[in-house]
Amino acid sequence: MPVARDEAIVLRTNKLGEADRIVTMLTHRRGKTRAVAKGVRRTASRYGARLEPFMHIDVQTFQGRTLDTVTQVETIDALARPICDDYDLYTAGTTMLETASRIVAAEDEPAVQQYWLLLGGLKTLAGKAHTPRAVLDSYLLRSLAIAGYAPTFTECARCGAPGPHQAFSAPWGGAVCPQCRPPGAAAPSIEVMLLLAALLTGDWATVDQAIVRDQREASGLVAAFSQYHLERSLRSLPMVE
Amino acid sequence: MSTKPTTIKDVYEGAVQDLIDELGRLPGVGPKSAQRIAFHILDADPADVQRLATALVEAKARVRFCDVCGNVAQAETCQICADPRRIDTVICVVEESKDVVAIERTREFRGKYHVLGGAINPIDGIGPSDLRIRELMARLQDGVVQEVILATDPNVEGEATAAYLARMLTAIEVKITRLASGLPVGGDLEFADEVTLGRAFEGRTLIGS
Repeated sequence: MPVARDEAIVLRTNKLGEADRIVTMLTHRRGKTRAVAKGVRRTASRYGARLEPFMHIDVQTFQGRTLDTVTQVETIDALARPICDDYDLYTAGTTMLETASRIVAAEDEPAVQQYWLLLGGLKTLAGKAHTPRAVLDSYLLRSLAIAGYAPTFTECARCGAPGPHQAFSAPWGGAVCPQCRPPGAAAPSIEVMLLLAALLTGDWATVDQAIVRDQREASGLVAAFSQYHLERSLRSLPMVE
Repeated sequence: MSTKPTTIKDVYEGAVQDLIDELGRLPGVGPKSAQRIAFHILDADPADVQRLATALVEAKARVRFCDVCGNVAQAETCQICADPRRIDTVICVVEESKDVVAIERTREFRGKYHVLGGAINPIDGIGPSDLRIRELMARLQDGVVQEVILATDPNVEGEATAAYLARMLTAIEVKITRLASGLPVGGDLEFADEVTLGRAFEGRTLIGS
């Protein structure tokens, strides 16, 4: 069928020619897809504002030989506005979009769980109910878990010995017991390990009560875990404050 | 025998192909356009081609960036910064030199400019330190400037850059304003998207008494 209609989250845009853009979207049914949006950089464009990153849209595309072309767009939730008005939300949100684009590598392959996770994450971020960094850390851990890199913060990642343990190894997949601990493993406190587990499971009561020092240490471990399993570093992550 | 599709690259060689390749590297110019421009140049009068070549070399050699605002210039300071009739107390912050031209066309603004050299775009690895934000802060230190107009593009990157600048500038005693967003003049209200229309409502102004 040449015309496809789907819900989508805009991941990024690239300039094309004089006034067009290539829009990369994570769609509900088709996974990651790219489409040309013609004339959207002109100020008179009727749907240029709807095809900005972070926008949750209902989009209709015409399937071409190489790239699809956007023919209609309706806004479902204009998440770009609250996120872009706050620089901390913007940097955290951009890292979430970059992560989604990296994890869902193949185009036109359904990634429904990743779609719902990203949508939920961006809505939580825009709602400002929790700190941007905590929302980002929780998103990173959960998106990696869906992709098959689920970390463990209680049992030992290598031998399964019950925890909590006070050693963390990104290559081995999280907490490690004293017997399995490899050289160079981090040594976080029990509180940090419990915070990491809360971020993974979405226990926001525990996350919001954590002290700043533990939050920073947990963020560092999440960043190390993410960068290791994504294989290439996230360009936007160092800009998150 | 299998037949392989013939591309532009397969047909030409030597200087013609080099010219097509170089033209094809320009923004917005594809292989077909590059071929058309190349043959236009080959058909043109040698004096016209020499003038084009001289203009390209001269522009690259002589054009530089203004030490004060970052706009394109042919001297240490651009014409706008060197103009004594310009108001020193207002600075309009834009992303690119092209934006200066767009605002100058309005003939509404008589202050000076500051060109950032882009917008914050973390996915492309462009952070605040890659823009001329430090130079902007240095320009505001002497207390002469009373208003900073943030005229970054009304897109995600531009809005985020404006939010970052607003946060940085709150530490300095200066009035911070942002260009209004809203309906394009000459358009129909029914065709406006809800984001733009929402902005227009937020930025509505009082008329009459």
